[in-house]
Amino acid sequence: MTNTQYYRFKPLNLGRFFIWSLFAIVLIVAPMVFKTSLALTMLSQMGYLIIICLSYNILLGQGGMLSFGHAVYVGLGSFIAIHAMNFASKGVLPIPLVLIPVVGGLAGMFFAIILGFVTTKKSGTTFAMITLGIGELVASMALMFPGFFGGEGGITTDRVYGKPFFGITFGPQIQVYYLIAVYCFVCTALMYAFTGTPLGRILNAVRDNPERVEFIGYNTQRVRYFAFIIAGFFAGVGGGLAAINFEIVNAADSLNAMRSGSYLLFTFLGGAIFFFGPIIGAVLLVFAAVLLSELSKAWQLYFGLVFVFMVMFAPGGIASLVMMNLRVAKFGKFKQFWPLYGGLLVAAIPVVIGAAALIEMIYHIQLNSALGPNLPFMGVSLDTSGFGSWCGAVVVMLAGLAVLEVVRRRFVRAWGTAQEQIEAEIKRRELA
Amino acid sequence: MTHALELKALRKNFGKTEIIRGVDLAVEAGERIAIIGPNGAGKSTLFNLISGRLAPSSGEVLLNGQRIDGKKPFEINRLGLSRSFQITNIFPKLSVFENLRCGVLWSLGYRYSFLRFLSNLDDANARTEELIHQVGLDRKRDVHAVNLTYAEQRALEIGVTIAGGASVILLDEPTAGMSKTETSHFIALIKQVTVGKTLLTVEHDMGVVFGLADKIAVVVYGEVIAFDTPAAVRANARVQEAYLGSSVADAQGGGH
Amino acid sequence: MNVEFFVISLLNGVSYGLLLFMLSSGLTLIFSMMGVLNFAHTSFYMLGAYVAYTLSGIIGFWPALFIAPLLVGALGAGFERYSLRRVHKFGHVPELLVTFGLSFLILEVVQLVWGRSTVPYGLPTQLQGPLFTIYGTQFPKSRSFIMLVALLMLLSVWLLLTRTRIGLVIQAALKHPEMVEALGHNVPRVFMLVFGGGAALAGLAGVVGGNTYVTEPAMAASVGSIIFVVVVVGGLGSLAGAFLASLLIGIVQTFAVAMDQSMASGLQALGVAVNEGTFGYPLLKLTISQVAPILPYLFLVLILIFRPKGLLGTRED
Repeated sequence: MTNTQYYRFKPLNLGRFFIWSLFAIVLIVAPMVFKTSLALTMLSQMGYLIIICLSYNILLGQGGMLSFGHAVYVGLGSFIAIHAMNFASKGVLPIPLVLIPVVGGLAGMFFAIILGFVTTKKSGTTFAMITLGIGELVASMALMFPGFFGGEGGITTDRVYGKPFFGITFGPQIQVYYLIAVYCFVCTALMYAFTGTPLGRILNAVRDNPERVEFIGYNTQRVRYFAFIIAGFFAGVGGGLAAINFEIVNAADSLNAMRSGSYLLFTFLGGAIFFFGPIIGAVLLVFAAVLLSELSKAWQLYFGLVFVFMVMFAPGGIASLVMMNLRVAKFGKFKQFWPLYGGLLVAAIPVVIGAAALIEMIYHIQLNSALGPNLPFMGVSLDTSGFGSWCGAVVVMLAGLAVLEVVRRRFVRAWGTAQEQIEAEIKRRELA
Repeated sequence: MTHALELKALRKNFGKTEIIRGVDLAVEAGERIAIIGPNGAGKSTLFNLISGRLAPSSGEVLLNGQRIDGKKPFEINRLGLSRSFQITNIFPKLSVFENLRCGVLWSLGYRYSFLRFLSNLDDANARTEELIHQVGLDRKRDVHAVNLTYAEQRALEIGVTIAGGASVILLDEPTAGMSKTETSHFIALIKQVTVGKTLLTVEHDMGVVFGLADKIAVVVYGEVIAFDTPAAVRANARVQEAYLGSSVADAQGGGH
Repeated sequence: MNVEFFVISLLNGVSYGLLLFMLSSGLTLIFSMMGVLNFAHTSFYMLGAYVAYTLSGIIGFWPALFIAPLLVGALGAGFERYSLRRVHKFGHVPELLVTFGLSFLILEVVQLVWGRSTVPYGLPTQLQGPLFTIYGTQFPKSRSFIMLVALLMLLSVWLLLTRTRIGLVIQAALKHPEMVEALGHNVPRVFMLVFGGGAALAGLAGVVGGNTYVTEPAMAASVGSIIFVVVVVGGLGSLAGAFLASLLIGIVQTFAVAMDQSMASGLQALGVAVNEGTFGYPLLKLTISQVAPILPYLFLVLILIFRPKGLLGTRED
């Protein structure tokens, strides 16, 4: 038996054990480091959103299937889970709380089996349209069946029911967090394992070249259908955890296209082409939803701008930016970029501040004019009625842009040279 | 006796235009057939009809005696027929090793399995190693397919085609776009990997054709006007008139 | 259900359907040409309404009718030139996503400039009042104007595509952009014109639709998903299909919203007793008007099951 070396999917061969342990440690330790209740809420949300975004990426990044209706499976998972909780607390079905997410997962899987059959008949843009249509269909149906969907008020529940699980009642948020953390770890591991299975790899092949897959013996539609079902399962698990976390599920919030859109946007932002990209995306999603909206009324505008620029300049998302830099570091060429990145940052700050000041002032005039012309901005009071504030903001922004352009050109040149050197090095190693 | 591949009165129309006008062909197991003909004669269309990419308007295609016309490509592949493409058709974001491994998975029975790890599939990995040696890409096993040179991509294409162990192989212009040295190297590769299999290739390079094929089928305007040994085809007046032009053929044929 | 109801609903349905067609035709053109499904299309519609509202206040409705679409078209062309063009090389998913991002941005800017509530974009005096009165109900001039504009638009687009040189170039670039470019035509510029043209058509729809219906930030989203349904049901890439599907969906929606019958009432009319305890009662007691919002999506799913190419589709994905 020859000692063959098998292919590892990750481009950097860091100890797998090390990375997963790190992940587990971060999950365990996070609430001890960030102790506020706001932090705990955010961490809990991140936990199940990681599962949801990873499940979405099974479709998007691994399968090349753009879905605008993922919220349906998350939402239906939530609804079934919350009904199950209510049944359980009434004593009708003896399901312990720790298994409720699995119930949600099974629900998500069930609906994916039914709806997925029609959905995966087509691919590409048509597939995206079908998911949009089915998403809207289910969301609109919500008002028609108030018994199941709870009408405008939604369905509520109490997660503390039945006998405590080894003394844990899951009343306090910290206990819910650890439940979510366990599921997050397990589901992430399972989904990662999936990428190393025959179905996972053929799914990648379908993404790359769906026609060719037919000629190596696989039914492309079947591959997509199975992947859809698996994604639906994990989406349902995430939905179930959301139901436990909030103890309320509302059809207007959780099924609609806006929600599906946010999963899409943030998974893409985090990076669809690497496995860990959606994890970054989920973290960003929670930050944006919880914190950003507090910071500024214009957050959706900022978000739209960031998103458009991301698609134009870094379609691989943040994960790809990370990986590109890691690659440069691996070849030992990163040192020169520290000052360049520093320069970019220093130059970018006045641009962002200036632009933000302008945007904030415009928003202030539009939305808060009743409060008078003064607007607090980063410790300074801006006067929207005076010429000075406007002028100052524009000057700051333009100055920053000028410096940014100079640094950017230098950066691009250095980056290009580094890439050439890396390519040459790779060739050299191949021939050696 | 059952032919490995048989075409009976095969026709294909696109709208009102008849592209394939009644083709009859019988290929025995282990034969190497070259399909030649002027551009637009319908050679690629024939391949598409055989491999299931297109459905015939009428007529039959039989693989080892079993009718495969109208079947889906993956059904035909599972019955033992595999094809390559004129325009390289591989999985660009997967590595060379992964490309080849994808090709072997179905034939080894792994189907839609998601409960086993690829790294544990010893037979699949062993077969993939074997393949990667055969096509000469062992040094590039972890390179993403999109980063290979053109000739390497063509070699990978062949590799993926033969990976499943099909008994009938269709190669659509395998040496398209290659230089002379690359071509002769490639022909040796093709001969090696298709030992014992039935091979049909579409080719334009006469040197390749005369060197590789046991029999040649000449397709002109959707019909097979000759199907015989190379020497006989070379001498066939109809063929000379329609396609070859003897001096060109001699010049190219003389090189091999 | 009487003749009056039928005729009025039919007229309303046709005018709504034609409005839908104005929107879906631009979308179909852009999709046929570039393979991009423009998510920001209904945002251009919204922008057209708002710009026309502002311009109407300054120079009057009739000049605005011509100028507003041009402005929106210029914006669309600019977006194609500076943003979308860059993204082409990344594939269809990023293209879709960048238009998605644009729709977000347009929504925010509209809310920023014009506020978050409805704006009083009113009809000009020439379009107020009824065109004719039929069976005692008035059919407003504004709706007939929409129908007129839609038909004129359809005619001019058809003439442009089939009778002019630029139209031929566009049709050719639809199928083989690289070949057309090799023949010396500036295909990227053609793409920009088509995208801008599609945006202008959407803007035009907004100019006439905004004052007949309501002009508010939610108008893009409310009509957005229906337009996609129309385009898919009609067949991706088929203008005639989009026309047919728009009318179909417009008419069915209009009728359905007004009908209060349900399966339960139908059964009761046949003499079958239906009450709370009957099996499937929640489903049976749904009235048609309650089901109306999901009808387009039901159409979509049914079409995709039984006739995936759409009603008149030619382009397989």
